[in-house]
Amino acid sequence: MKGLSDAALDHLRTVTDLPDLSGTRYRVVRKLARGGMGSVYVVEDVELGREIALKVVSAPGAPAEIEERLRREARVLAGLEHPNIVPVHDVGRLPDGRSFYVMKLVRGQRLDEWARTGRSRAEILRLYQKVCEAVAFGNAHGVVHRDLKPDNVMVGPFGEALVMDWGIAKVLAGEPVASAPGPAGEASPGATLEGAILGTPGYMAPEQAAGDNHRIGPRTDVYALGAILYFLLAGRPPHAGRTPLEVVHSVLKEPPPPLRRLDPRVPRALEAIVEKALRKDPDGRYGSALDLAADIDRFLDGSAPSAHRETIVDKTGRFIAKNKILLLLVLAYLVARGLVMIFANR
Amino acid sequence: MSDDTDIRAGSGSFPTTLLEIVDGARSEDAAIRARAHDAIVLGYWRPVYKTLRIAWGRSNEDAKDLTQGFFERALSRDFFADYEPAKGRFRTFLRVCLERWVSNELRAAVRQKRGGGKVALPLDWESAESEIDRASLEAGAGDVERVFEREWARSLFSSAVEALHGECAASGKHELFVLFERYDLADSDGDRPTYQSLADELGIKVTDVTNRLHAVRRSLRRIVLEKLAEMTASEEELREEARSLLGADAG
Repeated sequence: MKGLSDAALDHLRTVTDLPDLSGTRYRVVRKLARGGMGSVYVVEDVELGREIALKVVSAPGAPAEIEERLRREARVLAGLEHPNIVPVHDVGRLPDGRSFYVMKLVRGQRLDEWARTGRSRAEILRLYQKVCEAVAFGNAHGVVHRDLKPDNVMVGPFGEALVMDWGIAKVLAGEPVASAPGPAGEASPGATLEGAILGTPGYMAPEQAAGDNHRIGPRTDVYALGAILYFLLAGRPPHAGRTPLEVVHSVLKEPPPPLRRLDPRVPRALEAIVEKALRKDPDGRYGSALDLAADIDRFLDGSAPSAHRETIVDKTGRFIAKNKILLLLVLAYLVARGLVMIFANR
Repeated sequence: MSDDTDIRAGSGSFPTTLLEIVDGARSEDAAIRARAHDAIVLGYWRPVYKTLRIAWGRSNEDAKDLTQGFFERALSRDFFADYEPAKGRFRTFLRVCLERWVSNELRAAVRQKRGGGKVALPLDWESAESEIDRASLEAGAGDVERVFEREWARSLFSSAVEALHGECAASGKHELFVLFERYDLADSDGDRPTYQSLADELGIKVTDVTNRLHAVRRSLRRIVLEKLAEMTASEEELREEARSLLGADAG
């Protein structure tokens, strides 16, 4: 038998990895992405004639923990019906034994890619508020995402934001999703081992980086949202390092570089919002993602964010910025009035 | 496969798992050690030889000589002393050993022709050589890690395809293998027929073509994973290897 050419080898490596969808209503169109837990494919639902996304456990013979984590992610998502959270349509097991679930196919860009396409600060902040609202919705239903980062937020063609990858979400005991009847109730707050570190170091809250899982709660997601905002304003996460361990050390022990040192154009009020969201002590952060979104709203509105203690200069500057047109009209009126008086006295 | 790769076939049964192989290679019993050694040679001689040819740019004869020298060295009991399954993949361990050994050999320039240039291990050098073309020599020069990984994947898939061929023949489903060979083993994407042309040629429906291909691929996947299980020391290593071996983004 002749040897395998490069093209034949690549082809075999691809086709032997494709999920076996025989006997299902789905047909593989193409591979979309590969993550730590599973691969995502664009598939066609032949019954409905539409393209959707199918996530399947990558590795064959994956341990029950990985299989369960994927199914748990599907159940968590099914319990979170929100316009900014990707909806799940189906869950099951393929003929080759691998677990899968089917979700809406999100077309668009990752948040980090989208932010690099010349967006105004206001546009970025309005989209960021939607991310906060989705996270707040999850938190209110007892779900802590634990892996929020720009890669896990998709921005659709009409500016819709979708929070993805709830694979390592923690379901808090006694909360609505955890206590819901049916399979969702199996989701257990103990699914993550005490001491185990899950997540992405650069966006990870200190309590998460320390593996202190009993301290993980909604404020853990508030921290990650702060880290995302830091990234959106500075173009880099608050903590970096050559290795994941270096990043974890920085998260635990060091303050992030001040935003305005990286970009002096960042307003002090915005810097204060990020600083509050990124406090190492969870109690020092915003109480919820909604509180964070509300402070962003105040900033956009020209009001003083709760995180920012203003000086008289700040207050004056903000008053001028907020009432620019009115002040210009008053100024124009005074100038005109002055001119009239000068000419009248001649 | 060439008969001459079936070395020392009469010396007892092969160890079937990597741990058995490694334990065997450390054994004080020379016969057990020889069987383990043969299993390692069979699994890795092609990637070793082709990496020497492509990444190190050694000549055909030089690569044969170095390959044999490397596996001769692997016969010694202390060769696997440093291998610890918990620390990493066996494939990586072997590649690092090879790199170290070859650079020592080349640096010291003490290597001598073994057996007066006579090939000691009866391996199918010609078929391995026929798989090397100028493009792969140019593309792979200097990149030991990538070439070794790719040739290891090629070696594993080639043996899986042969096993699949045998299974199909044994179960009277040779026509399934022919279909698979026509579509999935095409030398280039341009040579690959369409599902429709295959259906017309074989007088079956397009859905039959795709369903049969799916069935054969399932079998191939099973065989690849079985072979991989034999070549890995733990469940974790198996999963890691499967993840890096299977899939378009596997490299």
